[in-house]
Amino acid sequence: MIPAAFDYQVAESADHAIALLGEHGDESKLLAGGHSLVPMMKFRLATPTMVIDVGRLDDLRYIRAENGHVAIGALTRHHELENSDVLADACPMLKHVASLVGDPSVRHRGTLGGTLAHSDPASDLPAAVLALGGTLVAQGPSGTREIAANEFFTGYFESVLAPDEMLTEIRVPSGTGGWNYQKFNRRAQDWAIVGVGVADGGKGVSLVNMGSVPLRATAVEEALAGGASAADAAALAAEGTEPPTDLNADADYRGHLARTLVLRALTEAGVS
Amino acid sequence: MEVQITINGTTHTSEVEPRTLLVHHIRDDLGLTGTNVGCDTSSCGACTIHIDGQSAKSCTLLAVQANGADLTTIEGMASGDGLHPMQQAFMENHGLQCGYCTPGMVMAATSFLNENADPSEAEVREGLEGNLCRCTGYHNIVKSVLDCASKGA
Repeated sequence: MIPAAFDYQVAESADHAIALLGEHGDESKLLAGGHSLVPMMKFRLATPTMVIDVGRLDDLRYIRAENGHVAIGALTRHHELENSDVLADACPMLKHVASLVGDPSVRHRGTLGGTLAHSDPASDLPAAVLALGGTLVAQGPSGTREIAANEFFTGYFESVLAPDEMLTEIRVPSGTGGWNYQKFNRRAQDWAIVGVGVADGGKGVSLVNMGSVPLRATAVEEALAGGASAADAAALAAEGTEPPTDLNADADYRGHLARTLVLRALTEAGVS
Repeated sequence: MEVQITINGTTHTSEVEPRTLLVHHIRDDLGLTGTNVGCDTSSCGACTIHIDGQSAKSCTLLAVQANGADLTTIEGMASGDGLHPMQQAFMENHGLQCGYCTPGMVMAATSFLNENADPSEAEVREGLEGNLCRCTGYHNIVKSVLDCASKGA
């Protein structure tokens, strides 16, 4: 499978990438590691006429402990996340979830900013950043803005990013409060049929592949905040969701998985 | 677009279309056909090569993304008549049957040992999860990698 023809330009800086996006409009796409975009282009599900390569912006590859949070450059690769001492100390959940994405070769190339911008409801890292209550920094022609992970995902493979914006940094709160991540799949390297992230002792609970976007399990979070037991809260995991039906699972089974995995994740995270 | 890619120590300057996949550039333009195309969807790992020392699936990269990079393919593993220790371990442990997945397995396994020189069996299995063997000869593949690791090569 070969992608449709396109023009290609290497961005020399984030400013340059944004200028190119402005010039070429919404027929252009940013290419980071390419491990979501290139497969979509091979299937011709994406046919951008201009591909702007931001994968060489090494100044956006960093993991830094800052005041109360960890700042991660958008071009940081999954492999760097899973081997990060900074994350081991300050946000072990993100380190762990990064180690579950795809396989080692995929993790050598895929980037945190890329997987977030791709906004795949079946991906692991968006759900982790969501449970952690992360903040995404986007740069556009008129400067940068901060977007709460909660407000970032708007639809199937869609986010609030404007056509001329790019993610530059992801911030996750520092903290090692009870966390867990459950990824349920049948084969190695598959996407989760359903996944569950629990952060900060149950203050953040997120769901993978339970709708058109990565979701917060708000009913579970609210029940826990109101003093419900983990078992009672987990029973609400599928509330308000519209999970997809596909070859792996129908919507009812996904609801069952969500309830089961939320309880499992809460228990593992030390929430009773 | 002109790209300059070093493969197995030799720098090649070529003109490629931006949509040319790296694996096609390696096989069709440069004639290095040891790297196989299997699933073509980044699942099977038959096309695994090293980019700047790390394993990557060359069916899911554009040749232009590798512009300026230092690549190693299976052809670059042996030195002269001597097999790479991983190739030797695969040979001695019957780590291949039909052989189609083998170049990718060897490239993924060497990259894995670079990151984890003394792995457990379970770690080898996880480290190779991105490489499929349709002969299902995993037992001896894992044995080969453990053997290579135990020899410290």
